[in-house]
Amino acid sequence: MTMLASVGAGFLGLLAAIGRLAMFTGQTLSHLLRPPFYGREFANALMQIGYFSLPVVGLTAFFTGGALALQIYSGGARFSAEAVVPQIVAIGMVRELGPVLVGLMIAARVTSSIAAEIATMKVTEQIDALVTLSTHPMKYLTLPRVLAATLVMPILVAVGDIIGIYGGFLVSTERLGFNAAAYLQNTADFLTRLDIISSLAKGAVFGFIAALMGCYYGMNSDRGAMGVGRATKSSVVAAAILILAANFLLTEAFFSA
Amino acid sequence: MIDLASVHKSFGTNAVLRGVDLHVAKGESMVVIGGSGTGKSVLIKSVLALVQPDSGTITVDGKDVNKGDRDAFLARFGMLFQGAALFDSLPVWQNVAFRLLRGSLKKPKDEARDIAIEKLRRVGLTADVADRLPAELSGGMQKRVGLARAIAAEPEIIFFDEPTTGLDPIMAGVINDLIREIVTEMGATAVTITHDMTSVRAIADKIAMLHAGKIRWTGPVGDMDASGDPYVDQFIHGRATGPIEAVR
Repeated sequence: MTMLASVGAGFLGLLAAIGRLAMFTGQTLSHLLRPPFYGREFANALMQIGYFSLPVVGLTAFFTGGALALQIYSGGARFSAEAVVPQIVAIGMVRELGPVLVGLMIAARVTSSIAAEIATMKVTEQIDALVTLSTHPMKYLTLPRVLAATLVMPILVAVGDIIGIYGGFLVSTERLGFNAAAYLQNTADFLTRLDIISSLAKGAVFGFIAALMGCYYGMNSDRGAMGVGRATKSSVVAAAILILAANFLLTEAFFSA
Repeated sequence: MIDLASVHKSFGTNAVLRGVDLHVAKGESMVVIGGSGTGKSVLIKSVLALVQPDSGTITVDGKDVNKGDRDAFLARFGMLFQGAALFDSLPVWQNVAFRLLRGSLKKPKDEARDIAIEKLRRVGLTADVADRLPAELSGGMQKRVGLARAIAAEPEIIFFDEPTTGLDPIMAGVINDLIREIVTEMGATAVTITHDMTSVRAIADKIAMLHAGKIRWTGPVGDMDASGDPYVDQFIHGRATGPIEAVR
């Protein structure tokens, strides 16, 4: 009976958490169409989330693309399929690794930063100060970050895809002896429009999730340094799990037919 | 002007406000005293509707604080927070002019900056502070910037939450004097919460003591020493023994 009660309590807690997150999401989106809009905050968020994430996105994609080429080559060699390296690197990067790795890197870099910043603002009464200065915290803090992440992530993913493919190209041509022109031709021929659309769409969804989780856990942080730390940790964990879950659902939606 | 009637507020099982009744007249400087954790901050946050009371009514000029145009309501208030609550990412002048750079009180940027610098001067800071970040300032300077921000839009009502906490006695005296001068010259209604008795004597026209979730005593500052209330006596003289239990 006790076990049943604890399972029930856990389930109710989960439903309550989903409800709170759904309400927070709804509130965020409701500010999309209602002025005032804080352009400077939005531009700042674009820079922080987009521009300053480029190095980590580029490096992650480059090394992953290179490693992927080596793996496909060595795996393909078992059944004389070494020639498929360009195609598999391209499809692997664009459909899966590009969006997911960029999403996870953004969760690590941006979600944590947003959660820690907003949680600290809450703990130091800066959120209350915003309200007393007639500024809605959701409009000033949450909406610009979520909107910026949603818009800039497809660009980051596109950059990640290209650099990842370039990493594979470099390893394949310099180390594995592939012909450069043929490699590029195979890559271009194999990729479809749907591959690219799915990659960018995943980027937008992952960006939305990453920024939303940072804002949600920051706004709902407990007091003190421990509260800020817990909010930061929870935001990254939640963002990573939701990104991976959303990736599965989007892959199912785009490619299951 | 500000009226609280039978205001109750609990956080979980912790009943913080248990029927607070308080009246603050227009132009009056009311200081709410009471021990740590007695709900003084919750009280003023309830007036600003930052905290929703469980029951009771709070009105400003007869209007319920939870009804009507929220922007217009908040535009009447300025608040100095305990830790100043300055926005880390903005330079000092943008903190001070925050309200003047956006919303219904928006002014051109140059004008807002000029007003910010004038307000900084009013609280004893020079113009060279304007472009610094809050983290580059001392605690006392941050409090002054917070004070400048509270008065930047010339509000009718100003709240001061523990204005001297964490400051040395001299800086605390400077802040007390500034608050008194500014409230007098602006003709503003002020509510200050503190447990610093030097502040109380410097700032208050009237005092209310909050204890056990209720206003225990209220009266003019001149009557405080002869209140005849053992709780007030113990508090203002800082005695460890008396009706107020001191947790050791």
